[in-house]
Amino acid sequence: MIGPAVAASDELVPAGEPWMGTLRRGQKFRIVDVEGNQAVDTLFYNADDTAEHYSAQNTIQAQQRIYLTAGTVLLSNRGQPMLRIVEDTCGRHDTLGGACSSESNTVRYALGKRYMHSCRDSFLLALARHRGPSEVGMTKRDLPSNINFFMNVPVTPAGQLRFADGISAAGRHVDLLALMDTLVLISNCPQLNNPCNAYDPTPIRVMTWDPA
Amino acid sequence: MRRGIVLRLIAQGEDANVAALFYNREQPLERYNMADTLKAQHIAHLTSGCVVYSDMGRILCSIVADTCGWHDPLCGLTDAQLIVERYGATRFQEQRNQRFVSGREAMLVELGKYGLGERDLVANINFFSKVVVDDDGAMRLATGHSLAGQYVDLRFEMDTLVLLHAGPHPLGTSTTYAPRGVQLQARRAAPPGADDPCRTRCPENARGFINTERLYLGATGSAG
Repeated sequence: MIGPAVAASDELVPAGEPWMGTLRRGQKFRIVDVEGNQAVDTLFYNADDTAEHYSAQNTIQAQQRIYLTAGTVLLSNRGQPMLRIVEDTCGRHDTLGGACSSESNTVRYALGKRYMHSCRDSFLLALARHRGPSEVGMTKRDLPSNINFFMNVPVTPAGQLRFADGISAAGRHVDLLALMDTLVLISNCPQLNNPCNAYDPTPIRVMTWDPA
Repeated sequence: MRRGIVLRLIAQGEDANVAALFYNREQPLERYNMADTLKAQHIAHLTSGCVVYSDMGRILCSIVADTCGWHDPLCGLTDAQLIVERYGATRFQEQRNQRFVSGREAMLVELGKYGLGERDLVANINFFSKVVVDDDGAMRLATGHSLAGQYVDLRFEMDTLVLLHAGPHPLGTSTTYAPRGVQLQARRAAPPGADDPCRTRCPENARGFINTERLYLGATGSAG
């Protein structure tokens, strides 16, 4: 068990805010669902070449399982191991449900919902602020299928997608070990139209630890 | 594909697999979005009555007929490493055009012809493949799912850049590289009416059609 006393960084991210940071290979990264059932939309990039990114398809292919949990190795679009989930007190995380956007909100809820804040807007804002190692700026092209930490989105054997009651709870966390230098992009989801977070987006805590 | 065209994909053998990607022909930054397609319709597979969403809340194409019954949107493409591990290494030097091609490399080549590349390679659809997910999340590719002659009809609601690759499914268990071909037929379609089954399937799709038809307001020869 790693303890907060030795954390290299420790931040509280309010609901509706993006967070971006870099992990060095060997560092551990923790995301804490502070109040419970918060969706944490997350993407990972090779910090030295952001065209290499987390790939939901490579990851679920390799483990032949759609849910992410302890033991899952997060693979890149080039088939390389990026991070490994080393501890998970929630038990299951989604990687098929994607991120909310203004545009998908018009389809899913009502045409008039377009003005509402969304994960994709947070992602794009973070990318606009980001000055990466490359001269090429990151754009919407760099937003592939993401992970939704703490979200439960079951697929049934009949091929239906359900948005089930959360299985997370206040204080649950997931720990990841960086297997390469990794750029982390998080949107702490601002969705107000979906029962998945009880219509109440809440803060998360993100922490990093240096290798022991 | 121009909007208003129906493209029929016809499987040329048992357990065919046709990987597909879709981009807005005018502005390819708008592209097929797996998650939005699944979430809007509460589905984890595609069949007739379903529509294919872009990441901008619009409908690229609708599935207006389907004799196969289940198409996989979850599993992605094969890559070069998987092809070598499962089927063995091949080179053009020896095998000429019988060499084994991965889905990822085939798509990257075609994307490159339109100024697109690795960053644009999003999750694809695998037509004619059925992947069942059990309660623990384990995925299994159904064998014997598709038969020669089965078809799926895609009615394009937007001018769309379509990329297809007929190659093995990434969860395939055969160790023989033997992709089945796909025959393509295109025809004109009537524009989707108020009672179109894809439009009326759910309120989400009705709104998706409104978003799509707004994009083409005033277009010459607009079908909407």
